[in-house]
Amino acid sequence: MMANTVEADGQLTPEEQKRLTADMNRSLRLRKIRSLLLVAPLVIFILVTFVSPIASMLFRSIDNPQIIEYMPNTSAAVAEWDADSNQLPGEEVFAALVDDLVTGRKNHTIGKAATRLNYEKSGMRSLLTGSARKAARLKPPFKDKLIQINSDWGELDTWRVIKRESRPYTASYYIAAFDMETTPSGEIKFLPEQQQIYLKLFWRTVWMSLLITAMTLLLGYPVSYLLASLPMRIANMLMILVLLPFWTSLLVRTSSWIAMLQGEGVINDVLVWFGLVDDDNRLSMIYNATGTVITMTHILLPFMILPLYSVMKTIPPSYMRAARSLGATPFTAFYKVYLPQSVPGISAGAILVFILAIGYYITPALVGGQTGQFIGNMIAYHMQSSLNWGLAAALGVILLVLVLGLYAAYSRLLGTNNQMSLR
Amino acid sequence: MENSASNEAFVRFEGVQKSYDGRTLVVKDLNIDVPRGEFLTMLGPSGSGKTTSLMMLAGFETATKGNIYLNGEAINDVAPHKRGIGMVFQNYALFPHMTVAENLAFPLKVRNMTSSDIETRVKRALDMVELGSFGNRRPAQLSGGQQQRVAVARALVFEPDLILMDEPLGALDKNLREQMQYEIKHIHERLGVTVVYVTHDQSEALTMSNRIAVFNDGVIQQLAPPSELYEKPINSFVAQFIGENNKLNGTVLSSQNGTCQVTLSTGEVVKALDVNTDKAGMSSTLSLRPERVFINPDGEQYDNMFSGKVEEIIYLGDHKRVRMNVCGHDDFIIKVPNSTDKRGIQVGEIVPIGWSVDDCRALDPV
Repeated sequence: MMANTVEADGQLTPEEQKRLTADMNRSLRLRKIRSLLLVAPLVIFILVTFVSPIASMLFRSIDNPQIIEYMPNTSAAVAEWDADSNQLPGEEVFAALVDDLVTGRKNHTIGKAATRLNYEKSGMRSLLTGSARKAARLKPPFKDKLIQINSDWGELDTWRVIKRESRPYTASYYIAAFDMETTPSGEIKFLPEQQQIYLKLFWRTVWMSLLITAMTLLLGYPVSYLLASLPMRIANMLMILVLLPFWTSLLVRTSSWIAMLQGEGVINDVLVWFGLVDDDNRLSMIYNATGTVITMTHILLPFMILPLYSVMKTIPPSYMRAARSLGATPFTAFYKVYLPQSVPGISAGAILVFILAIGYYITPALVGGQTGQFIGNMIAYHMQSSLNWGLAAALGVILLVLVLGLYAAYSRLLGTNNQMSLR
Repeated sequence: MENSASNEAFVRFEGVQKSYDGRTLVVKDLNIDVPRGEFLTMLGPSGSGKTTSLMMLAGFETATKGNIYLNGEAINDVAPHKRGIGMVFQNYALFPHMTVAENLAFPLKVRNMTSSDIETRVKRALDMVELGSFGNRRPAQLSGGQQQRVAVARALVFEPDLILMDEPLGALDKNLREQMQYEIKHIHERLGVTVVYVTHDQSEALTMSNRIAVFNDGVIQQLAPPSELYEKPINSFVAQFIGENNKLNGTVLSSQNGTCQVTLSTGEVVKALDVNTDKAGMSSTLSLRPERVFINPDGEQYDNMFSGKVEEIIYLGDHKRVRMNVCGHDDFIIKVPNSTDKRGIQVGEIVPIGWSVDDCRALDPV
């Protein structure tokens, strides 16, 4: 219970420092417990609804249980087989296969294994389900009889695919997500140009999100500046107009853009009426990339204005005045003094809008047509229609890594953190 | 006319008015001539129009009516950045994203000076405010006083002939404020620039200025050197605003040859200098500085001799502040230097007091 003695110059010995730290921790413990209790509900909520889905998505993108689970005998037997031997597997592997086909047909599980193998090599589904129908009537030895049923059983490539997918984890979803394939010989190479989908879609998602971010900045910066420099009463009134979109449903806003932009829509009608556009030559501004950009710019604009406004509000007008009095033209004063100080707002708004945009899918689905689709639409397609969850998960992970990577590059390039801490 | 103006007045306000809402005037008919090299302070309570006047001179507000001349030329329509006026702001307005040296280089860069020129001038300016080694710091890393000095150096670095200061010491604590007052005063004396300074702190104004313009209600109440302003206020507002002041209300009995007799409400008759009274029979407020009233005036004879009861004595080191009840006013303050109070006055005593007619000024009624 001895009190800490502090020497005349205020320096503590290491031992005393340790004791002081312990005392301090003890005195702060209660407060720490209280703050932990306060954040606990949110932490649990985030763990359940955010962290665990992401973790499960990360896992699902490499998880490969189907063959092991639904063709247990075959996957065990084929493990012994040397895929580079240029010889078909032996009779025991075929026997195991027949066993699995019979059980799988009885339990209605062979289809799942067949679907999984079909991702890797087309024709695998009919090979498995077709053979399964006849397998029950077969008597050993099975090898030649199976090859007789379907000559694909005599192909080395068929067995190589089965052996490859008998592993519990796979990179094949990522390979597919990068528009690549594994050739039967095990080589990984890009698909032919016209079959590539995802890379193009990723690239389009990124550049269109950048374009949308730039548009919101271009439109939002002057508005925020005006809001920040107006008297409080008027600024609050205008702020309501900025926030108005938040009060309407996303679907309503998107649909009203359809009414505005479509071929027989308001804008085209007005342009035709003024004679600026020929009636037979109406502009196509919706169901393409243009429609996606216009609509998403409008929808995401408040997310740019709000952070910009909150930062600009803190820049005293005397900075601009000081710059002017020191001899700077209005433009120089803005460019050298105001703009650098609004950078934290620009980066916060840009990151917010960009990250929201890159993952958007409702709006592109409604107004994007063919050329305005985002990667999010493809992920949704694989989740809901093709039910290839592994591929959807892999695409989602790539999107996540892309966002994190761009964010890291951005914050490093512009030194967002430095700017923030400066304020 | 403009030539003659430039010979005398470096800065001239001529019939300047300013209204923000079109109904009330914030500045009413402002006329000032500031000669080259003068340190002029605009002093007044908040809302008196002093800052607005400064902002019109800087170019950030436009005059509703009237003309402002700088060096003989009307500058009403000249943009702020073309006026070449250095300005120090209340919150310093140092650019937080630039270092101290970059802040100082800013006015030179926009004037397209060569980088070697900029370097020498920035160094000279930093040395002038004794911050030679602080060039690479950010403003946020400096103390308030250091930031203040940087702000002054930045306003001076491009060698303007006129510096405007808008309550630049308002954010500093008392000791630092006094120290900075001397520093700014010395810089002014050394460089000989013209300074127009705005403050609501009267001691600051008295310390630094050549002349002080006391503002109230959009009008200059008095424009005079500090000593004249304190010793010879021409109206009650100035007398109240500058320094401490005893006021006695009464009616003018008679007035001749610059002196008048004023009857107080309690019946006593006081002789005073007739500065700002209307005519006999009208009311007036007498202004009397606490240090110009003497207790126990033995030997000497004053024009005004009264007696009062000591209500309270506050010891303040170099002097005592004595609150007395005189002529029905119980807030009558007398400052007694410790060296002259040999007898030692006591609370409750009734003592004779006296003051000279020259120290008592009959002003407009409050």
